[in-house]
Amino acid sequence: MTKKDVVIEVEGLVKSYGDTEVLKGIDLTVERGTMLALLGPNGAGKTTTVRILSTLLGFNAGAVSIEGHDVRSEADDVRSVIGLTGQSAAVDEMLTGRENLVMMGRLYHLTKESAKARAEELLEDFDLVKAAGRPAKTYSGGMRRRLDLAVSLIATPPVIFLDEPTTGLDPRSRIAMWDIINKLKQNGATILLTTQYLEEADQLADQIVVIDGGKVIAQGTAKQLKAKIGKDRLELTFASDKLFAAAKKALGKKLLDSDDTERTVTALLKDTNVDVRQVLDILAKEDIKFESMAVHKPTLDDVFLSLTGKQTDSSEEKA
Amino acid sequence: MAVKLEIDTRPKFVLAVVDSLVMIRRSSTHIIRNTDQLLGTFFQPIMFLVLFTSVFGGAIATGGGSYVNFLMAGIIVQTIAFGSTTTAIAICNDLQKGIVDRFRSLPMSNLAVLNGHVVSDLFRNGISTIVMLLAGLVIGFRPTADFGEWLTIVGLLALFTLSISWLSAIVGVVAKSVEGVQWLTFVVIFPLTFASTAFVPAESMSSWLKPFAENQPVSHMVDAIRALLVGTPAGDSILWSIVWSLGILIVSIPVAAWLFKRKTTQ
Ligand SMILES: Nc1ncnc2c1ncn2[C@@H]1O[C@H](COP(=O)(O)OP(=O)(O)OP(=O)(O)O)[C@@H](O)[C@H]1O
Ligand SMILES: [Mg+2]
Repeated sequence: MTKKDVVIEVEGLVKSYGDTEVLKGIDLTVERGTMLALLGPNGAGKTTTVRILSTLLGFNAGAVSIEGHDVRSEADDVRSVIGLTGQSAAVDEMLTGRENLVMMGRLYHLTKESAKARAEELLEDFDLVKAAGRPAKTYSGGMRRRLDLAVSLIATPPVIFLDEPTTGLDPRSRIAMWDIINKLKQNGATILLTTQYLEEADQLADQIVVIDGGKVIAQGTAKQLKAKIGKDRLELTFASDKLFAAAKKALGKKLLDSDDTERTVTALLKDTNVDVRQVLDILAKEDIKFESMAVHKPTLDDVFLSLTGKQTDSSEEKA
Repeated sequence: MAVKLEIDTRPKFVLAVVDSLVMIRRSSTHIIRNTDQLLGTFFQPIMFLVLFTSVFGGAIATGGGSYVNFLMAGIIVQTIAFGSTTTAIAICNDLQKGIVDRFRSLPMSNLAVLNGHVVSDLFRNGISTIVMLLAGLVIGFRPTADFGEWLTIVGLLALFTLSISWLSAIVGVVAKSVEGVQWLTFVVIFPLTFASTAFVPAESMSSWLKPFAENQPVSHMVDAIRALLVGTPAGDSILWSIVWSLGILIVSIPVAAWLFKRKTTQ
């Protein structure tokens, strides 16, 4: 087979609510066994896209097919190959973890025995064995998210949609969730994941599609996206205000940014080899000693910022 | 993934029944675990029964028999009518949470979610009706129904419960909040049950209300049940109550299903 094995195919997807167009022609393809991250700020249209792809929402124009099935005319075929973990946890609060899993297994039309056995296996995999007999309303946010994901995997669907699976989780639970998602991929699932966290897209996805205002504004691998604006930066820190001021003056046009409180200056490096030497030469000539030095690779935050002109949530979070 | 999954390969309509059974089990579990509501299911009918008999017992002329014998049918039908609100609330709750999205992303029938709530309501009403009958016996209720009449009573009440629950399902789908449900059902159910023959004979009502009270579905149902329980004249109330209930069912099931689908697809 030389032809690409495309599992999720979206062409010119347009969706309006009344007069407002919230998706303005989205194109996506996801190949078998790969993970695509749909990255975008609040209101970009991530949830809308996922809901359309998982047959929950109609649309105005375009074509969407999953495993070759049209989401509109063959919705039932699509439903039997997908697993959806929505943005808000969709577990039954009154039922226990185990009951939730078995119920969903039965609704996927597994036999009773299969549903039960599979439920036990998932409880094990998702570290929920101890809590399995408690109603889901007593679960913590992280447990609920895990249960939510486990439920969508009950029938081992080959295509998985995850809408912001780690939003609201603490760093440890987030990393645990990443492990789980990576395992799904290793098991051969085709995954479409949405996130506001650039780091997450970077960590997990083979391919990233950045959307904003209902439009695709960039796509590629994390590396390609970074390369787009990608120049390394040199960051120098000085021990005194005097040295800091002198350095700012001496660097002149090479100076990209400076931080008065930290006494750091940043220089953009067009060619790392040449430019680092030049900067150090300038400082040496004026006899300005620096305290520490670091070369930074561009992060997806930088990419995001330059593409959308917006600050992202993840940078707020670090502060 | 060590477990080998076996898919249920029975025909489609069998699987649709399985879907509904799974959802009925879910809704019934909700009812059992919701202890506050369950207490209400037991005690509210008893309270109504005791209050009505002691407050109105002496004042209302029922044409011979004791008031508790007259009241029993009314209070059973009224409790079922009021209880149907829980169907609407349960559906409204589901719709406000992500869980309906999950159900809809499964290869199962839309109707199963509604079916689950409606049918489990039948169980709950069954329990409260039995509780009421027992409490009635304690305070002097003396039914004269024979076996066949009891069977007819069970059938009629089940039909009534289903029809009013499906009507209530429509309210649950349409309402934007649980408060909205309570308000909507209040303005429909309250007048229907009180402007009926449930608590007082129609003869005692003002002349403008009497025609309405005599011909509306709740009154027909009450008259039919009362006739079967204690042998008051039935007239054609049994026929009318069946016609009304079936009529409501035939209209409200497709309407509820259609509205549900529309609401969840947009
Ligand atoms: N039912 C609706 N009616 C009208 N507008 C809607 C509706 N649902 C979503 N929108 C609008 O569509 C746009 C995209 O929403 P969507 O939920 O897809 O964003 P998102 O990328 O998932 O955002 P978030 O990161 O906050 O989850 C938003 O501007 C939103 O206000
Ligand atoms: Mg969203």
